[in-house]
Amino acid sequence: MMAYIVRRALYAIPILIGVNVFTFLLFFVVNSPDDMARMHLGQKRVSPEAVQAWKAERGYDRPVLYNAAASGAERLTDTIFFQKSLKLFKFEFGSSDSGRDIGYDISQRMWPSLAIALPVLLVGLLINITFALLIAFFRATYIDFWSVVLCVVMMSISGLFYIIGGQYLVGKLLHLVPISGYDTGLDALKFLLLPVLIGVVQGVGAGTRWYRTLFLEEINKDYVRTARAKGLSERLVLFRHVLRNAMIPILTGVVVVLPLLFMGSLITESFFGIPGLGSYTIDAINNQDFAIVRAMVFLGSVLYILGLLLTDISYTLVDPRVRLS
Amino acid sequence: MDFKLRGLIRLCPPAALILLLSGCGGGGWNNPYPASERESNVLYSSFSERPKHLDPVRSYSANEYAFIAQVYEPPLQYHFLKRPYDLIPLAAEAVPEAIYLDAAGQPLGEHARDAEIVFSEYQVRIRPGMRYQPHPAFALDDRGGYRYHALTPEQVRGANTLTDFSATGSREVTAEDFVHQIKRLAAPWLHSPIAGVMGEYIVGFNEFGERVGGAHEARKASSGREQPYFDLRDHALEGVEVIDRHRFRVRLKGKYPQFVYWLAMPFFAPMPWEAEAFYGQPGMEQRNITLNWYPLGSGPFMLTENNPNLRMVLARNPNYHGERYPAEGEAGDRAAGLLEDAGAALPFIDRAVYSLEKESIPYWNKFLQGYYDTSGVSSDSFDQAVRFSEQGELGLAEALEAKGIRLQEAVTTSIYYMGFNMGDPVVGGDAERARLLRRAISIAVDFEEYISIFNNGRGIAAQGPLPPGIFGSHEGDAAINPYIYQATGTTPRRRPLEQARELLERAGYPGGRDAATGKALILYYDTTASGPDDKARLNWMRKQFTKLGIQLVIRATDYNRFQEKMREGNAQIFMWGWNADYPDPENFLFLLYGPNGKVAHGGENAANYANPRFDALFERMKNMSNGPERQAIIDQMVEIARRDAPWHFGFHPKAVSLFHGWYRNVKPNLMANNTLKYKRLLPGERARMRTLWNPPVLWPFALLVALLVLSALPAVRLYRRHERSAAR
Repeated sequence: MMAYIVRRALYAIPILIGVNVFTFLLFFVVNSPDDMARMHLGQKRVSPEAVQAWKAERGYDRPVLYNAAASGAERLTDTIFFQKSLKLFKFEFGSSDSGRDIGYDISQRMWPSLAIALPVLLVGLLINITFALLIAFFRATYIDFWSVVLCVVMMSISGLFYIIGGQYLVGKLLHLVPISGYDTGLDALKFLLLPVLIGVVQGVGAGTRWYRTLFLEEINKDYVRTARAKGLSERLVLFRHVLRNAMIPILTGVVVVLPLLFMGSLITESFFGIPGLGSYTIDAINNQDFAIVRAMVFLGSVLYILGLLLTDISYTLVDPRVRLS
Repeated sequence: MDFKLRGLIRLCPPAALILLLSGCGGGGWNNPYPASERESNVLYSSFSERPKHLDPVRSYSANEYAFIAQVYEPPLQYHFLKRPYDLIPLAAEAVPEAIYLDAAGQPLGEHARDAEIVFSEYQVRIRPGMRYQPHPAFALDDRGGYRYHALTPEQVRGANTLTDFSATGSREVTAEDFVHQIKRLAAPWLHSPIAGVMGEYIVGFNEFGERVGGAHEARKASSGREQPYFDLRDHALEGVEVIDRHRFRVRLKGKYPQFVYWLAMPFFAPMPWEAEAFYGQPGMEQRNITLNWYPLGSGPFMLTENNPNLRMVLARNPNYHGERYPAEGEAGDRAAGLLEDAGAALPFIDRAVYSLEKESIPYWNKFLQGYYDTSGVSSDSFDQAVRFSEQGELGLAEALEAKGIRLQEAVTTSIYYMGFNMGDPVVGGDAERARLLRRAISIAVDFEEYISIFNNGRGIAAQGPLPPGIFGSHEGDAAINPYIYQATGTTPRRRPLEQARELLERAGYPGGRDAATGKALILYYDTTASGPDDKARLNWMRKQFTKLGIQLVIRATDYNRFQEKMREGNAQIFMWGWNADYPDPENFLFLLYGPNGKVAHGGENAANYANPRFDALFERMKNMSNGPERQAIIDQMVEIARRDAPWHFGFHPKAVSLFHGWYRNVKPNLMANNTLKYKRLLPGERARMRTLWNPPVLWPFALLVALLVLSALPAVRLYRRHERSAAR
């Protein structure tokens, strides 16, 4: 397995270089270094000299990808891409264009993102599986039909509606929790209740429907028929046999998103004033802070690759028939 | 907690959890603040975006001034209550008078002609006894040396915020600190946005910048650091000089009476050298411990928490020198209760907590619940907050009035105008044909309608480049732009469309077609508005031109490309705006001054308008003191601008704000940024109202449980039937 992991890690390098090049191209198609300088220096009374000085100070006075004026290897190395990218592979994110330490900011902001994403994942998983099992139990009845209809309706509603509606109902009308905000330590709990609740509710439709499909697929297999033939109750059949076997796709589906939980949710964080990584990335894009955008895209790519790797590994753990080679 | 409530909680475990977590909130369960602050003298506000710069050498935007203007004290400030805006001393003992000098540096009389004046000198005497806030930069060790000025890399690594340095100190503010800050304005590595304009006036400013810039580069090379500490005290700036501990002198080239306005901005606040020595140590920037993040001032407040991902907190500066609430104001201020605190010691509040609030809807709802003391009125909440009287005046909605909320509105010292690129061959230039075309468009594009539709009536149509309240502007019929409006004795009336069509015909475009070629006149409107929300706005603009038969092509692009077009002169018609730096007509009329053209000189004259007569009058006007002679020149300039119409003058927006009844001493002051010290709260009243407005409502939980039980009954029946049935 170790050889497989090493090979996958090596495969990741060209992928990350590609992602970096792509990010560079996309970013600099929209924003030139001059635009970045003007954004950081402000709109009033910015002289061309100040723009040049800002660029020179941060190394944005070089060509983006290829330095035709240089010679030899410097044609590639004396570029913004090379100078700014290399350290990413050592996980040295450096400073943002406004001078903040990106690594420190990420380490601070990933926890609020995680504080929402993790409970949403776990509670959501529990509720979705429970609902899906119940629906599977009542399959081909009017409960099944109307539950699927409800799931489709819930899936069709925009996430923004859940957020605004939830804030309005729970925070504004019922006065049960703060409408928005965040705090550190245990004080954060009262601010997390509502976003977690909304996160769970907005995922119920899609999650339940997906897991129901998985359970129904299992429920018609031979081993289930055998279990029934043994005289087991339907409850035991579902929980002891169907659930266990359906856990393979569920588990692998969960593992792949685990690393990305750190990346946060833009809309939820924005509406609840939660200082997570989702809003960090969007703020950086709005402020044309390329250093942060680059770091977050790189981090997202690494986490995604890690998620896929973990999924592969988890397959071998939950299904003995699968071997990594 | 009464019996009924306990019963409900037993019935509903989620509610119990909420109660457990929220019950310590003090007041309502939905109180976002700690219970300990229930009746504290704390102001609650918000910010939606992290301030980019808190270093007074760089800060130049309103969201940054909201913080640093409470911390830093420049020599002057604007009177809180008096109008027109009146400069009064803050750190200075008096508003400095200009002393005019000849080429030999000899004083000239008060009535010296402009041509004779080679230098102006401002001597500023600062108040003795002002002290800086407690700060580690001043902390001394047992031997009297600076405790934190020679930190080891390990010590720096152990610090993540300023509070990680436990010891603090302070010292008196001296004239040297003001001079130090002016030198910082010239330091090229600090990128002050006003370095350019100060370089035009302060003697030796540019030369100083070049000199220290070179030395700084050498220091960078030798130290291997991007931002090494550079002691500006070792370098003299010719035009700025310390006279003694409490006096300094600034010498300017020629006459520049607007300089005193700059002295009321944080750019000129004192900066102790110790701050730079402390923050400039290796590793501090990497730990985010910089002057840009942790201000160091002598004002009434100090920034005690700077976590722009969460909140920023200003607390009273224990070393504040003290100031008194003004004893005089405008007529009507006494009746409005604005002089009730006359002579009382400032500041009134103990702390101001600014929470991150990115979206307007949660902010608005929390304001209605009493968790924010003031609020603006966004378009999302406008209909809920505001109603119009039969006379079209803004008023507060009844529900808000019942809560004791009050509304305040003020015309801002800003202008949003529609500019014509004067370098454009169709709409630009000095030819009569283009002038008539611009005037025709100015009549047709109905900004009264625009304000009504898109700004919810918050604004007034502009009659010229000067907003109301700025010296040089007029009221009543005298204010009317006769080229575009007709006087009616009450409100000016836009000239009829027929006159615009006539002008268009005289311009050579009858019915919107070129008389010479017969081709339709196509104009281009450059804008950054490209989202779905902007569609109605752009359609409206197109419709305004269609009234004249002109086809308007919208060229929507992103902000960067738009800026590039403007810099290169490739835009034809565009919208642009300006907020006043200071309440002087020069700060608006310079937007039409030829040598300030954007394309040719990189200045703020976005329309690239250049009229030699206007420019000559501007040069005379800009250095004059306010008076009839200056007014006459301004009138001439405004007349030229109206006649040439390089802008459709657009509108001056109105700022509308709401505040609760417990928030006192509220008066719009569009020039002053340091008004937090005047604000007073009634925390007991606020706590009472919050409790009244936010009782937890639990019955829906009981209803929800009942519904769940009811809906589960058929399922249970089905389950039983299922379990009893034989296998199929």
